Amino acid sequence: MIRSLPNSPLYKYGFRVYVTLFFIFLLMPLIAVSVLAFNDTSAITLPWKGFTLDWFFADTTERLGLFADEDLLRSIWISLQTAFMMATLSTIVGTIASLLFESFTFRFKNLLYFFAIAPLVIPGVILGISILLGSTFVGAWLDTHLGIDLEIFGPGFWLVVLGQFSFGATYAMLLVSARLKKFDPELEEAALSLKATRLESMWYITIPFLKPAILGAFVVTFLMSFANFNTTIFLVGSDPTLPVDLYSRIKFSSTPVLNAVSFMIVLMITIVAIISTFMKRKNR
Amino acid sequence: MDGNKKAFYFLFIPVALWLFILIILPHIDLFLSSFKPNSGEDVYTLENYSAFFADPIYWRTFINTASYAIGVTLLAFVVSFPIAFYLVKVISPKVSGFLMLLLLIPLWIGELVTIYGWVILLGEQGVINESLKFLGLIDHSLPLIYNNLSMTIGLLYMSMLFMIIPIMTTMESLDDAMIEAASDLGASKWTVFRRIVIPHAMPGIINGSIIVFMLVIGDYVAPNILGGKSSLWFTEQIYNQFLSTFNWNQGAAFGFLLLIISSATIWMALRLSGQKLDKVGD
Repeated sequence: MIRSLPNSPLYKYGFRVYVTLFFIFLLMPLIAVSVLAFNDTSAITLPWKGFTLDWFFADTTERLGLFADEDLLRSIWISLQTAFMMATLSTIVGTIASLLFESFTFRFKNLLYFFAIAPLVIPGVILGISILLGSTFVGAWLDTHLGIDLEIFGPGFWLVVLGQFSFGATYAMLLVSARLKKFDPELEEAALSLKATRLESMWYITIPFLKPAILGAFVVTFLMSFANFNTTIFLVGSDPTLPVDLYSRIKFSSTPVLNAVSFMIVLMITIVAIISTFMKRKNR
Repeated sequence: MDGNKKAFYFLFIPVALWLFILIILPHIDLFLSSFKPNSGEDVYTLENYSAFFADPIYWRTFINTASYAIGVTLLAFVVSFPIAFYLVKVISPKVSGFLMLLLLIPLWIGELVTIYGWVILLGEQGVINESLKFLGLIDHSLPLIYNNLSMTIGLLYMSMLFMIIPIMTTMESLDDAMIEAASDLGASKWTVFRRIVIPHAMPGIINGSIIVFMLVIGDYVAPNILGGKSSLWFTEQIYNQFLSTFNWNQGAAFGFLLLIISSATIWMALRLSGQKLDKVGD
């Protein structure tokens, strides 16, 4: 049944077979794209025609590799910038929110907290269209009433950042709160009794304690932004992020360069996952 | 102003701005827009909602999507529960740590890449079809892609990890001694699962179900890329209104209906299980 109890062979091996099948199911798509990124053919799939690095480096009219495909590199660059801005904003506001909800009581706190965690259960498409409608409304209002025409209210880089930040801050808040709950409030009280102001004690005592969680929140929100499609698609302007670019290529013009990008992403994420696992072990 | 108050406002203002500008205001606007005609006239009307009920394609798609989302949630539970139990209770923590790492990788890689992976696997000349042909098991490609089966695989794949992780979290707090005691007293495995493990993991199951349901009902990529022409998905209607026909007000009404159904289902799940929304994120 469990580690400490004797198990019948049927239970033991039956379970093992199921778990193996599950992990094959889980990893099969990732292995397939990774291997086929090196396939010497213009089809995205089998048959295997031999090994090549063309889909990374080639720069011909028939074969445009990842590092020669300027549109693709551009969308990757936009995604990285978006993710950096979104993660920075989300981590700052998420940390502030977790400090607010954990250490203060105030009127309408429960209602405010309800809105803060609502993005967990609001589908991303709804956030996307509401923010699009909201910003268009504000932009139009400013234009007609005050004669100010601000580009920031139209689809584009900053609207994508804000749209993703609307839910990113929620996740950052929850990750930081999980660590803040383990914080010993006496440390802060000691600082306060030594004449530190509330903000000083938060800055010098609480924030350093939260550092691993803040870093974790940054990484998590960065990756969330980098992979986001559902919210982004409504807010994106003429410069697509990587997932938006991938989507239109999968729909309309698949070449193995998609496998090459996918392979790079699989590789990056695997490295990040390994590093974060080791960091967690070290922190324990 | 004393230091305490200053600190409070220093923290309160950014949070209030975030929630007011990016959560509350846009949803009010969504609600109001759904009652405006697309002509731009400044009047309120029910025409966007009556269009939904008048055209069977809309409400059928809506019902189809909601029932599919419930089905995929149940499927995700059935597939995930044994995995969560195995990782927490059966194998050694060391192996379990490694398998956890494998679980998290597809989660962070993101939906576009993993769904694309399934296109490569399931396609007419995909890895699975070509391998079966190579082995001589089939002569002609099986119709594996662009149907409800491939769509279900995609939806399950992108959502099941959100079921496994909360169940694992609750399972970790289950004392092995409980299972040992029940087993010593002659309880069968089935009884142990039914009477001890599942009730203990219930909060995790509910959390996981809520997240999976929300992700599936709001998903666009898996139904759009892997689904067939007959796989009707409600988010596709929303996308069409916003990005093809540019009838934003109609799209707002659809969006609002989607928000209602997903909130109502989540509220019901919380109500039936006696849980609070605060706990969903834990």
